[in-house]
Amino acid sequence: MSYDCAVSVRVPDSLEELVTGLAADPGCELLAGGTDLMVEINFGRRRPASIMSLSRVTELKGWSEDAATGELVLGGALTYTEMLQPDLAGRLPALAQAARTVGSPQIRNAGTLGGNLATASPAGDTLPVLVALDAVVVVESADGRREVPVGDFVTGAKRTALRPHDVVHSVRVPTRRTRQEFLKVGTRNAMVIAVCSAAVVVDLDSCSVRVALGSVGPVPLRAHEAEELAGEVLDWDAGGVLAGDAHRDGALERFAGLVSAASRPIDDHRSTAAYRRHAVGVCARRALERVAA
Amino acid sequence: MTTAGRADQPDQPDQPDQPDQPDQADQPDQCSYTLSVNGQEHELRGAWMGESLLYVLRNRLGLPGAKNACEQGECGSCSVLVDGELVCSCLVLAATAGGREIVTVEGLGAGERFTDVQVAFTETGAVQCGFCTPGLIVTVHDLLERNPRPSELEIREAISGNLCRCTGYGRILEAVETVRDARLAAASRAAPVAAGATRQEGAG
Ligand SMILES: Cc1cc2nc3c(=O)[nH]c(=O)nc-3n(C[C@H](O)[C@H](O)[C@H](O)COP(=O)(O)OP(=O)(O)OC[C@H]3O[C@@H](n4cnc5c(N)ncnc54)[C@H](O)[C@@H]3O)c2cc1C
Ligand code: FES
Ligand code: FES
Repeated sequence: MSYDCAVSVRVPDSLEELVTGLAADPGCELLAGGTDLMVEINFGRRRPASIMSLSRVTELKGWSEDAATGELVLGGALTYTEMLQPDLAGRLPALAQAARTVGSPQIRNAGTLGGNLATASPAGDTLPVLVALDAVVVVESADGRREVPVGDFVTGAKRTALRPHDVVHSVRVPTRRTRQEFLKVGTRNAMVIAVCSAAVVVDLDSCSVRVALGSVGPVPLRAHEAEELAGEVLDWDAGGVLAGDAHRDGALERFAGLVSAASRPIDDHRSTAAYRRHAVGVCARRALERVAA
Repeated sequence: MTTAGRADQPDQPDQPDQPDQPDQADQPDQCSYTLSVNGQEHELRGAWMGESLLYVLRNRLGLPGAKNACEQGECGSCSVLVDGELVCSCLVLAATAGGREIVTVEGLGAGERFTDVQVAFTETGAVQCGFCTPGLIVTVHDLLERNPRPSELEIREAISGNLCRCTGYGRILEAVETVRDARLAAASRAAPVAAGATRQEGAG
């Protein structure tokens, strides 16, 4: 697509064109769904000198299964609405659950996985899910491609391992036999930034549980001690379920306590730290009950 | 066209106030492009590159149906369809929307006639001040295209991105259910055999 202002707004047709364009103009801002960037532009908080839209870069769209490794490859420009389609939602139910809580239908039609990662808000709803799924971010630039585990990709609140000329190409999710759940607390069921969230993945292949927390720290946090406890109390011979004995409630209570202890929340206009610490334990406990009951 | 900056006019939701640039195509941050809106091509010349589609629709193309209340994707009053997808036009960068098919509330239905959704909204009292109405009309058309038989919960979820400060939503739900039922009844009259095979006559 050519515009008169070819210098300032470009809509490249391929990944190649995108990364070479970025290498030549590393100050250029990428635009995917616009649900973060356009708000900044509308309010005059950012005024990029040049913008490249991802809307025609087909290599970043949709998702696929890597025939060699069996991994799921989620495109950097995968939208929340696409995460909710039955094919993908059936494979990654926790991601679909997180996607369903994002914004509104309008936001889910536009907003993308790559945008959520690049923004790296502490409340970014896909982040704890991707951490709990052990996902890896594939970053592409004119110098080549590299893979960064999600936990290392998000380096701080709104900070990432992306360099100015990098693009989130895709996210690779290992395919293991799992049961997964995501829960989020907010003041409404729609259009709400998370007060806290928790993703729980029961991994039947490695007989382990992964727990990642959102909105209770600058980055998504793993709750390692809670994970160890859950790994011990689940009956793996019976398929990773909670034994229905007298210790069950006590174990769940301890699990919630360890999750709360792993959180590092702050007070802000959305919630107190004390409420977040409590609620994130409740979320994780309920999530574990749902996937291991 | 407004030329005021946001800081001067914080409370005028009807006038998006992105910087209005003089029409000179040679500024580095200006763009010229073609937008296809409601089946018509529009040439834009010397527009500031950061303008949202909402701003361009209202202030450059004279299509005031999409409303501006928040410019941050929260209210849905600016909802339009871009290539058949329901989006907030305030979050679409107009200069990247060339070659895409944009439909606004003005482009729904045939010409001047109200659509069945618009008629149901007016008849059930789902319109009070009317500010949220155009966005809701676009959203409800999109919903019923995708899902002709939405449950109440599905309707609530579908309109969760459209805020209404007046009605309390009860009459909006009623309007959507009225259109849903009327369309299903019309469809079952048009194909009585097929409809009768799956559900009782008149039950839709
Ligand atoms: C009303 C509203 C409600 C919202 N609700 C939620 C919510 O509930 N939960 C939530 O997590 N978020 C929410 N958000 C935030 C936003 O929708 C998400 O963060 C979304 O995923 C951003 O994606 P995008 O494609 O719109 O990004 P854009 O706005 O297009 O881009 C955001 C940033 O990411 C960069 N970027 C985009 N794609 C790439 C890529 N492939 N590679 C490198 N950099 C890239 C851009 O350069 C830009 O700096 C909401 C936003 C709005 C406006
Ligand atoms: S003006 Fe676009 S969502 Fe409010
Ligand atoms: S009728 Fe007034 S905002 Fe909905």
